[in-house]
Parts: sequence; structure tokens; C-alpha cells
Amino acid sequence: MKNLQFKIYKTLVKKEVTRFTRIWTQTILPPIINQSLYFIIFGQFIGSQIANIQGLSYMQFLVPGLLMMGMINASYSNVVSSFFGSKFQRSIEEILVAPVSKTTMIFGFISGGILRGLLVGALIYLVSLFFTQFQVYSIMQVILFSILTASAFALAGLINGIYAKKFDDISIIPTFVLTPLTYFGGVFYALESLPEFWVALSKFNPIVYMIDGFRAGFYNINYFQNSTNLTVLIVLNIALFALAYKLIQKVTRA
Amino acid sequence: MYALSLEKVSKHYGRLTALDNIDLKVKPNTIFGLLGSNGAGKTTMISCITGTEHKDDGKIKVFGKDIDKQTQESKFQIGVVPQEFNFSIFEKVKDIIIWQAGYYGKSSNEVKERLNFLLHELNLYDKRNQPARNLSGGMKRRLMIARALIHKPKLLFLDEPTAGVDVDLRAQTWKFIEKLKKEEKMTIFLTTHYLEEAEQMCDEIAIIKSGKILKSASKKSLLNELESEVFTVKTNKPIKIESKAIKFYQTTKGQTEVEVSKSTKLSAVFELAHKKQVEIYDIRPKTNQLERLYLQLNQ
Repeated sequence: MKNLQFKIYKTLVKKEVTRFTRIWTQTILPPIINQSLYFIIFGQFIGSQIANIQGLSYMQFLVPGLLMMGMINASYSNVVSSFFGSKFQRSIEEILVAPVSKTTMIFGFISGGILRGLLVGALIYLVSLFFTQFQVYSIMQVILFSILTASAFALAGLINGIYAKKFDDISIIPTFVLTPLTYFGGVFYALESLPEFWVALSKFNPIVYMIDGFRAGFYNINYFQNSTNLTVLIVLNIALFALAYKLIQKVTRA
Repeated sequence: MYALSLEKVSKHYGRLTALDNIDLKVKPNTIFGLLGSNGAGKTTMISCITGTEHKDDGKIKVFGKDIDKQTQESKFQIGVVPQEFNFSIFEKVKDIIIWQAGYYGKSSNEVKERLNFLLHELNLYDKRNQPARNLSGGMKRRLMIARALIHKPKLLFLDEPTAGVDVDLRAQTWKFIEKLKKEEKMTIFLTTHYLEEAEQMCDEIAIIKSGKILKSASKKSLLNELESEVFTVKTNKPIKIESKAIKFYQTTKGQTEVEVSKSTKLSAVFELAHKKQVEIYDIRPKTNQLERLYLQLNQ
């Protein structure tokens, strides 16, 4: 049965990848254009007037945060739209009637989200090379934080997709929760530059730890300990997986 | 071993009881018809068996496999064609079927032969590379049948397979269903509104009303329960007689029918007509006897 579930998992992933690559103008292109605009406006136009942060030009400082922002949005929106879409079209029943286990279903959907997140991240990285030069301090750390962040937001997207009953429900969380958390997550500024109150408040924002750890992978500069950043990400992933597992029982029996 | 058995299965939606202590058994390699009006519980029953809904109580076994304890094994035996279209209209016809095979652990290479067979059998081969949104309603329904059969299930659920389908396609669908039963030894569990079709096609029939099974038996024994039989007749002139045993009447379509009680010999019909100086040219049993039984039980 384990072998069977792995085969099913591969189908789910292949289907997800086929889906988001088929509609690449909606899934891949927009974040690249968005982030390019950030690079031009914030990095080039405004950044040239801003002093170095922690020894980095503002453009260099921005790159990891903007990469992370693109990955977060891509992984979240891939799963929420795919899962809700299959609920809306009732094609989710194709999976429900088949011997697909809950775990396989979760991993299948989130893997699609992770892969889209990583693809978007890789493409934004390539675009960023047109604007600035930098060396990556630890490629392993960059990859690890990318995967864990993408998986956390893919899981969050899945939870949103399970709950969502109408199209409005899949845009509320990204608009009112995800976007503010990302903007306040340290993409555009260093935590050190904030007043104490905002630093204290930022510590409740998981995206702060993700971006801090990710940026450390590029430049070896961080506000929190790497172990703290990693622990927050792992705990968040476990908690979201547990919640998704509990909720998915509402839709499946296997 | 039964192809399907339900023991005291219940399902509630809030205060509404959709399925009320259902007991049902379906023999292997039969065509089983579940009949009932809209909202009687037909689709809910199929959903509880196939996994798109959770039952509240009871036990369901598919070829001896408990759907709660041996969920994955039992699901391998099942194929489902739902009432409403439930696939992504943006995907290609063949992809929809291949993905479904993948959900049973089968690769596209493994099901290549089966895929081509089904596409040809269901007249979808020419449309295989087209997105499903380009298909007509009948084609979409056939696509769902092909998808349900890709993993060679032993028990096929068809929820209103011929609803809204034209006459030609309906005939083709039934022919194909009979072929599945004969050649693939498949058990077919179907719901339909067309009682005449059910009477012609089904070996076993159950009638459901308000979530309760009113009757479940072989078609023959069910029809035997009728106290009378109806024949359509052709006569040289109109005839109208009402007696306890024999009743001649005109239908709204202007056809003459005669209802004969089970205890009366058919020769008495001819004798009675002869007495009234009416000649009977032709007499044939009416095919929709089931409809009469259904209406009687539903009253």
C-alpha cells in the first residue's frame, strides 16, 4: 500500500505541475513582473537614496525578502485555488472515490504549491541578477528555508481551501492576513531599525523568522539565531500539517 | 459473497434523515436498480458507499471488504459515474481518464490499452485531445463512464446515467452496460427515473422512499406482487368494460388497455370481448408494469 500511495502521490504532483504550467501566464508570470517592479522602483529608484543596511546596498538587502514574498504568495495561492477549484468543479470527487489516503492527498496538493513556490523563487532570483550582484553564503540554508516556507504556506492554502465555500473566501486570507504579515515581515526593512514596540510585535509574525533565516542564507547576517528561525518554521509546519490532517477528514474517508 | 451489502446504514443532514437504517444486498454480476423520487436518498446512498459522504451509522461492505476498515481495498472494487459532471472542463479528455488511473496507482503506459478501448467503445477517441469543455452533454457523460471504468472496477455505480440524454445515446449506454455485465462480469448499481428502462435492464430492484427501502427483490418477484397485469390491445372498435376481474379502458393517448387480475385466465378477456362483439387483433403485455408497482408503493 505504501508503494501504491507513492504512485498516487506522483500522479497528484504531476497533475498539479501540469495545471500551473498550463496556465503559466496566471501563475508564473505575474509574480515575476510584480517583483521586477519592486526591484526597479524600490531597489533602483528609491534604494539609490537609502544608506546601506548592515553593509548591504538596499537592492541587495531587498532581494531575499522579495524572493520570499514571491514564494509565499505562489505556494499559498497554488494550493488554495487548486483545492477550492476542484471542490467548486466537484472534481475533488475523483480523488475521494479512489484509494487516496489523507496523507497522500495533503502531500500531493502541498507539493504542487511548494514546486510552484520554488519555481517562482528561482525565476525571481534570475531576474534579480539583472539588478544587483551578490554571493550566496549557504545554498543549503537558502534551499531549506525556501522549502519549509513554501510548505508552510502551501499547508495554510490547503486549510483555506478546505474551509472556503465561495470565491470570496479564498481571497480574504491573502488580502487581510497574508499581505500585511508579509509587508511587516522585514522584506523592506531591517528589524533593528524599528522602534521597540514594533520589534516586540514583529516577534509574533512567523514571516519575520522566515525572511531572517532566508536572508542569513544569503549574507550570513541575522537578527534571530538560525536555530530559532528554523524551530519556528518546523513548529509552524507541524502545526499546520496537523490541522490540515484533521480538517481533511471532513472531505475524505481514506 | 455479495457485491455490496449495507447493514443498518443511516445518514442525517441536521434534522433531515436522508438514509434510515438501510439494509440492502446486491448479488455479484447483476444489474441492480435503485428507484425513488427526487430526494428519496438514492444519491446519498451512493455517496456514502463510494466515499464522497460520511455515513452516520451502519456497516457497508463491497465484495466483503468493510469500507471503514478496508477502505482502500474496497475502493479498488468501485467505479462511480455521478449524476452531475465532476471533472475539470479545462483538461483534455484523455488526461482526465489517465489522472483517474493514477489515483489507483496505474501509470499512463499501464492503462494505454484500456484507455484506447474505452475511448473507442464510448465514441470519444476523436475527442481525446480536446479539452472537456468542448464536449457535448452526452459526450461528457460518456467521459465520466470511461473514467469510472479505467481501473476495471468490479462494481460500477451509475447515478441517473441516462438523465437528459437523447434516445440514441441512451440505447448505446444501455447496450454498453449490458456488455460490461456480460464480458467483464461487472455488477452494476444504478439509479434511474426511467422505470421502463429499469424494468427492461435490471435483474434486481429496490425502491427507496424518504430514506427507507420499501422493497428490494428480484424484478420477477417484485412484478409478481402486482395483483393484476396490464396488456395493450388492438381492437376493431373502442371498448370500455369495468368488472372486478377484467377492465378495458382507453389511455389518454387513445390506446386501449386491459387490466386483468392475476387469478383470471387470459381466455376470459377474449370471451368478454367476443360477448361485446369486439374483435381483438393484437394483445401484448405492457412493459411498464414496474411503474404501476412503484406508484402503488409510493402512495
